[in-house]
Amino acid sequence: MSFSQKNSRAISALLCVAMLSLFLSGCSGERVGGGALPGGGNAGDSGGAIRLQGAGATFPNPLYQKWLSEYGKLNPNVRIDYQSIGSGGGIKQIQAQTVDFGASDAPMTDDEIRKSPGELLHVPTVLGAVVLTYNLQGVEQPLKFSPEVIADIFLGKIKRWDDARIKADNAGASLPAADITVVHRSDGSGTTAVFTDYLSKVSPEWKEKVGADKSPQWPTGQGGKGNEGVTGQIKQQPNTIGYVELAYAVQNRLPVAHIKNSAGNFVEPSIDAVTAAAAATTSSLPEDLRTSITNPTGADAYPIASYTYILAYKEQKDAAKGKALVDFLWWGIHDGERFAKDLQYAPLPADVVKRAEAKINSITSGGKTLRAAQ
Amino acid sequence: MIRIDSSIHLFIESTNQCFNESILMKPSPVTPNPATAYGASARRWNWRRALAPTGNAGDAIFRGLLFLAALLLLVIVGAMVGSMASNSALSLKRFGFGFLTGQTWNPVRDEFGALPFIYGTVMSSLIALFIAVPLSLGVAIFLVEQAPRRLARPIAFLVELLAAIPSVVYGLWGIFVLAPVLREYVEPPLARWLGWLPLFQGTVTGIGLLTGGVILAIMITPIITAVVRDVLTAVPVSQREAALALGATKWETTRVVLANAASGIAGAIILGLGRAIGETMAVTMVIGNRPKISASLFEPSYTIASVIANEFTEATDDLYLSALVEIGLILFLVTFIVNGIAKLLVWSVTRGTSGTARAT
Repeated sequence: MSFSQKNSRAISALLCVAMLSLFLSGCSGERVGGGALPGGGNAGDSGGAIRLQGAGATFPNPLYQKWLSEYGKLNPNVRIDYQSIGSGGGIKQIQAQTVDFGASDAPMTDDEIRKSPGELLHVPTVLGAVVLTYNLQGVEQPLKFSPEVIADIFLGKIKRWDDARIKADNAGASLPAADITVVHRSDGSGTTAVFTDYLSKVSPEWKEKVGADKSPQWPTGQGGKGNEGVTGQIKQQPNTIGYVELAYAVQNRLPVAHIKNSAGNFVEPSIDAVTAAAAATTSSLPEDLRTSITNPTGADAYPIASYTYILAYKEQKDAAKGKALVDFLWWGIHDGERFAKDLQYAPLPADVVKRAEAKINSITSGGKTLRAAQ
Repeated sequence: MIRIDSSIHLFIESTNQCFNESILMKPSPVTPNPATAYGASARRWNWRRALAPTGNAGDAIFRGLLFLAALLLLVIVGAMVGSMASNSALSLKRFGFGFLTGQTWNPVRDEFGALPFIYGTVMSSLIALFIAVPLSLGVAIFLVEQAPRRLARPIAFLVELLAAIPSVVYGLWGIFVLAPVLREYVEPPLARWLGWLPLFQGTVTGIGLLTGGVILAIMITPIITAVVRDVLTAVPVSQREAALALGATKWETTRVVLANAASGIAGAIILGLGRAIGETMAVTMVIGNRPKISASLFEPSYTIASVIANEFTEATDDLYLSALVEIGLILFLVTFIVNGIAKLLVWSVTRGTSGTARAT
């Protein structure tokens, strides 16, 4: 028997083994974390690891990953995974109950809430902001924009950089006599939802023609995929303007525009200005905490900001997992907030933390409050 | 590439042997039964003979497995079309054929039409072929017919390396390198000399249909080149010798070789076209993602694959999701139709010639 024959025998035997094991693993592939202990009211203390799955918004993902690793160090018997698949995906997954918590930048719509199998709570975690960035040679000072000017640029009505209305806000800036190229997100995105929500509030024409959405029909401009795509297209093309997340702009040292808020002040986007926007709106915060805080009233408030939420069912099916989730959320909005600023997220104002606490406290399993059961 | 039938036959025989020995743990008593389903007439698959007991359990099992594999492929394609059709039922019912001709894509108002995406997909692929086909043919002919071996090897290696680069890398390179180069050095001269054509009018931004087409061309060039190279290599040396012996020049010899390889070359082009139509990431990053049909190649456009990649993750509304699935179904159909047309072309090209080299 020659060597090659032996060889091919071994190979075909290997192949068969591989195929067999594929079949077997396909059958026995058991859902991780699916079968938790039945009726274990205090199973969380019994030493068996509890696994929680979360999925949703990409925007808070860096912070949530930080939370998971920090929380994991404190509570080694709880393992939490978060997949940043996008807000829409997070809502779909929590509705389908394939995850223990979802996450979304924009609050769920009434329609989405109606289609959910149980009552979902919105727990705000941090705040983010959307900034305007641009590529203009020879402009050193940050540009200033009034709300109506932004809306008209993105509507395609203001077409030139040396338009009188842009000049009016930027006396002394050497604006080029060139066409404006608008760059927007092409992928469905919470960032876009916040930005178009703002434009809908400040411009009736925008509201009527375009509206607020994760992927609206843009009247003008070109689309870039993700913050990095928009940034790339702006950096590579002169005379462009677009919007990205505050955190992304800060990390990449992009030029950002100051925007006139409803009090008439031009505000530089910053973490404090975003928290100020949230603080200015706490009195009008609805009971379910689903709110838009764009174009708020505060004198120092940056006008294009939003909460990001974790979504969880009010009635938890599994007491042990529910308890772990409640403890994690509680830790997040208290201890977790101190990681926010380093990662360029605005922490919640104290009033909002109180409101979020109430939400977490209302989570139950089998009629028993989980938080108080500690 | 050539003599596929006989090589498959050989492969089956040798595999059968190994299979018997290793699985059934008994030595094959004699050489495998030559009366397989392919039997004397190698081309015709005989059902009865295929399923009839050959007296060799290994043969039967092996044949069954192969049949299952082939069947599985059909089932997968069928299931894909079926599930896409059922998932897009909402949109199919709401828009009907208007979906194919509609030019609005507005998720806010629930208005969906696929025409701008179909246009963008077809146009960007055509631009890609327009650039890539001559380029790849040139490279392949050079590698096979002209280049000294010392040069041919590294070039062939580089071409294959190009094919291995992930498409998102092409996309980033497209934004940071290709788009500025096109904006500064390629599009302005095009606008100046060919500006009388509607194709080359409008603002020059570097992001748009042309850039999408160029990046696709770069991506499919290595594929077409590699296949054409194989096809040309497969043309028997005797053909070249015969041409040369008749006093043909190098160029005339190459033409003889090309004529013999025509169907294989067409197959290579189809392969490249298939990749161009389905390519997503790189195009998304440079095409500008704007669902609008404009005559100019400088304007932003949008492809079917891009809109799915961009919007699928955040589409929560039922009708919106359904429209996205339907546009996926259309991509399936577009690919199908384009492939069909290409096959027809191949057939019409090769009808008269009795080619020796076959690639597809």
